[in-house]
Amino acid sequence: MTVTGARVTGSALDRVDGPEKVTGRARYAYEHRPRDVAYAVPVQAAIARGEVVDVDVDAVLQWPGVIAAMWHGNAPRLAPSAAAELAVLQSRQVAYRGQYVAVVVAETYEQACEAARLLRVQYEERPHDVALRVDHPGMYRPDHVNPDYPTDSSLGDPEAALASAAVVVDATYATPAEHHNPMEPHAAVAVWEEGGLTVHDSTQGASGLRATIAPLFGMPPDRVRIVSPYVGGGFGSKGKAHPHVVLAALAAKQVGRPVKLAVTRQQMFAVTGYRTPTVQRVRLGADGDGRLVAITHEAFEQTSTISEFAEQTTVATRMMYAAPHRHTSHRLVRLDVPTPTWMRAPGEAPGMFALESAMDELAVACGVDPVELRVRNDPERDPESGLPFSSRNLVACLREGARRFGWHERDPRPGIRRRGRVLVGTGVASSTYPAYRVASRASARAEPDGRFTVRIAAADIGTGARTVLTQLAADALAVPPERVRVEVGDSALPKASTAGGSMGTASWGTAVVRACEALMDELARHGGAVPPPGLSAEADTAQEVRGQRKLARHAYGAQFAEVGVDVDTGEVRVLRLLGVFAAGRILNPKTARSQFIGGMTMGMSMALLEESVLDREFGDYLNHDLAQYHLATCADVRDIEAAWVEEDDPDLNPMGSKGIGEIGIVGTAAAIASAVHHATGVRVRDLPIRLDKLVG
Amino acid sequence: MRPFGYQRAASTRAAVEAVGAGDGAVFLGGGTNLVDLMRLGVATPHTLVDVTRIAPATIEETAGGGLLVGGGVRNGELAAHPLVRRRYPVLSQAVLAGASGQIRNMATVGGNLLQRTRCSYFQDVTKPCNKRQPGSGCPAREGDHRNLAIIGHSESCVATQPSDMAVALAALGATVHVEGPGGPRAVPMPGLHRLPGDQPQRDTVLGPGDLITAVELPPLPLAARSRYRKVRDRASFSFAVVSVAAALEVAGGVVRDCRIALGAVAHVPWRAETAEAALRGAEATEAEFTRAAELELAGARPLPGNAYKVPLARNLLVRVLTDLAEAP
Ligand SMILES: Cc1cc2nc3c(=O)[nH]c(=O)nc-3n(C[C@H](O)[C@H](O)[C@H](O)COP(=O)(O)OP(=O)(O)OC[C@H]3O[C@@H](n4cnc5c(N)ncnc54)[C@H](O)[C@@H]3O)c2cc1C
Ligand code: SF4
Repeated sequence: MTVTGARVTGSALDRVDGPEKVTGRARYAYEHRPRDVAYAVPVQAAIARGEVVDVDVDAVLQWPGVIAAMWHGNAPRLAPSAAAELAVLQSRQVAYRGQYVAVVVAETYEQACEAARLLRVQYEERPHDVALRVDHPGMYRPDHVNPDYPTDSSLGDPEAALASAAVVVDATYATPAEHHNPMEPHAAVAVWEEGGLTVHDSTQGASGLRATIAPLFGMPPDRVRIVSPYVGGGFGSKGKAHPHVVLAALAAKQVGRPVKLAVTRQQMFAVTGYRTPTVQRVRLGADGDGRLVAITHEAFEQTSTISEFAEQTTVATRMMYAAPHRHTSHRLVRLDVPTPTWMRAPGEAPGMFALESAMDELAVACGVDPVELRVRNDPERDPESGLPFSSRNLVACLREGARRFGWHERDPRPGIRRRGRVLVGTGVASSTYPAYRVASRASARAEPDGRFTVRIAAADIGTGARTVLTQLAADALAVPPERVRVEVGDSALPKASTAGGSMGTASWGTAVVRACEALMDELARHGGAVPPPGLSAEADTAQEVRGQRKLARHAYGAQFAEVGVDVDTGEVRVLRLLGVFAAGRILNPKTARSQFIGGMTMGMSMALLEESVLDREFGDYLNHDLAQYHLATCADVRDIEAAWVEEDDPDLNPMGSKGIGEIGIVGTAAAIASAVHHATGVRVRDLPIRLDKLVG
Repeated sequence: MRPFGYQRAASTRAAVEAVGAGDGAVFLGGGTNLVDLMRLGVATPHTLVDVTRIAPATIEETAGGGLLVGGGVRNGELAAHPLVRRRYPVLSQAVLAGASGQIRNMATVGGNLLQRTRCSYFQDVTKPCNKRQPGSGCPAREGDHRNLAIIGHSESCVATQPSDMAVALAALGATVHVEGPGGPRAVPMPGLHRLPGDQPQRDTVLGPGDLITAVELPPLPLAARSRYRKVRDRASFSFAVVSVAAALEVAGGVVRDCRIALGAVAHVPWRAETAEAALRGAEATEAEFTRAAELELAGARPLPGNAYKVPLARNLLVRVLTDLAEAP
């Protein structure tokens, strides 16, 4: 595909599935209603550690409408290889509060709820340990961190460099556990037919989910189909298989009927993943002008006792700034807590809060402007791998952002600007996210009537992927987008990567473009005419992706925030938020803007509000609903703007694009925390920045 | 959710009798709190007696220049009523500071006053809670109490009363009209809600079958100069961390009269009588407001996780009074 000839790509095409969504024709997972469906409601462990001794199944079977009640004692067995988190009802062990210990199936949802409420589960409780602390004796060094980065990295002699540095910042930051809370909660409808299993699920990756689920039931992948055409948000919580899918399939198998299972908002706080809390120590050593000589970043995090997820919190620090002496590390402790997972920008979101806050502290310590400090430390090459960057325009983002924001008028002194009873301050932080790409397949088909269909098991989780893939296909086929239909969200379609790592468009787009190119070749072979049965072509990008040059590929951005802090109450409100990004070619400014400002809004939410409160006595996340777990509301988002700088990077993919789904959340919290410091003189190093940390 | 019956009460008497029988029937207003609690298994009534058609939904002027607000009036209508806005801005502001537009359009005056605490443990039936299950314990004391009470709490419960509207009504000295099994009676505000003591399961002085038919706002000229300010973690759609309802009358730089109540600090909307007494006749200055606020809060006994509420309540009180004193 030649980018210059593009007509649709790069334009603000409206979402192609918009009308289906707003008219309610788009059917989400739970809205599927197979004939003869029964309803499953799970029962969650009321202890954080121990064993299920007995479940009084017989009592609830007397209740009206109840078809079955299952627990470890009577559930069908899954393949013994099943990963512990997915081995639902396969053991008596309780590894965290809220883990599924039983399920009730009934004729109606209400009957199942009531029976689940009444089901008596007897436990043998053991003492639990749920508190993350840096000096926990169980801290260990994982083999690698998500997805496959080295756990630690070192270069030079950071200790010596810090000892002799003119200026040193040594600070510890903390971020709390956070839950994704997509608008659509998880749900699965499982149907067994002719020995095969179909699950209507809300997932970010139909192909991946199929590959995980099939072996649990001892089946080849082609006997399982995951259907997920519409997904109401995921943020990583729908990236991997979660136990409710297995539970729905197991229940359907047991009762011999299709089964629907909805995970409630409250249940989601235990069973669909969350972001680990982190404690991070950052040390920066610099000369008097702020030129870094040493950077160290150590992260401490948690995982569950049954599954390891090691968030890559300090990985971005390995390439953000130049410094000859460096060290990063990750330590993990296994606690009796639910299993954490990917959440929008895993690694970068918490890690860049710490690094960028420390950079702001360094700017203050050296008396150097925070924008200038970052420009001064911009590296030529990836400082640890030594690889050249495919493109790196952090400096351009900082400069453009500073211009738009009016940064040059800033007086660095903290705590001196007041508008009425409100202290005002501004802050800046860098942002980054890797430009990944993985193999996918796609097919393209031409009909004699001039219409085209492109098929790929991609996922549109609200991002606009379906729309952007339509644009790419239209251009590759040289037809208007109305003639192209893109089918996604079904594992029966050509296998594709999961919507995650901001690599959907790069990975799927490559496959779609290649499939369309192959179809165009086919068409040319047929003299440009489509024969009556139609024409098809396929593409598999495994080789292309494997063969790409080794380069450091990352998107960058600069986040600017202005905050007002009420002097009486400590209430922080974000008055202005500006993000400027360099993320390759922007394929659709409308969907891109939504991703950027969506990420930034989530970053604001992370900065000021979000915290999953762990209860030490009971071992669960207490504030498990949207009245208690605060997300930013519209009223919190006053003035938010995203912009991007032109970036021409031929070393990425046929579209020249970098991922944009996650970068918006990265750095936002640090920019806001720095603005709060600028406003008040108070440096808050543990998120969220709520009024109790500022009132006095 | 446990199966339940639903009936629409034909008359006030019928409703009072249906619920007063004490066999698990409860009144249903807008349902915005009750139905949530039923979903959570916290409330398990066997019958809902819908009173939205019988509890009057009108706002009328009383002879003395006050207002009589029907128990079935929706929160949104109350806040928007021109006479409420003119005579009792504090009340309109308090209601508008609560919940969301959708919820306010459903919620009734009676239901709002009787909404239950938002303490996390109370809302989770897998955990102990003295308010939900007397004698089972109060995990909030050792656990999460960031937004619970700093004053007037007891060993057995540290919950707060969450209604914004109730704080304004307590400041205004409203009267709650109740129709109960024993006939009609009037309950003064404050006085409807009670401190937890050793019976935290009882939020108010009402008993089964006591129906709130109306709330009467007294004639109170000084309320024309009144204000509600709510501090919360996010800009909208969240409960108060601390709130203040106040009315102030100043003449010649001296406080002639005032009404003050604090919200989200106690098991009741906290009428600041100590501060009021200290201010009557005092100079209307920030220093005097601070002195009064500190006197009022001298009795605060914060828990480790909510000590910040004491300076917050003080600052807020001083700010609201200063703003009122300075307002044109
Ligand atoms: C997400 C969310 C956010 C909220 N935020 C706020 C907030 O910021 N501030 C705030 O103040 N409130 C807030 N609320 C609470 C809301 O104001 C209450 O739910 C509402 O006022 C209750 O009124 P209702 O008519 O729906 O009561 P219902 O839910 O119908 O009833 C509540 C209780 O009152 C009883 N009852 C109802 N009517 C009568 C009557 N006439 N006489 C006697 N008893 C009666 C019922 O039996 C029940 O026990 C919020 C609610 C939600 C769901
Ligand atoms: S504070 Fe009151 S409502 Fe909360 S747990 Fe304790 S007893 Fe229950």
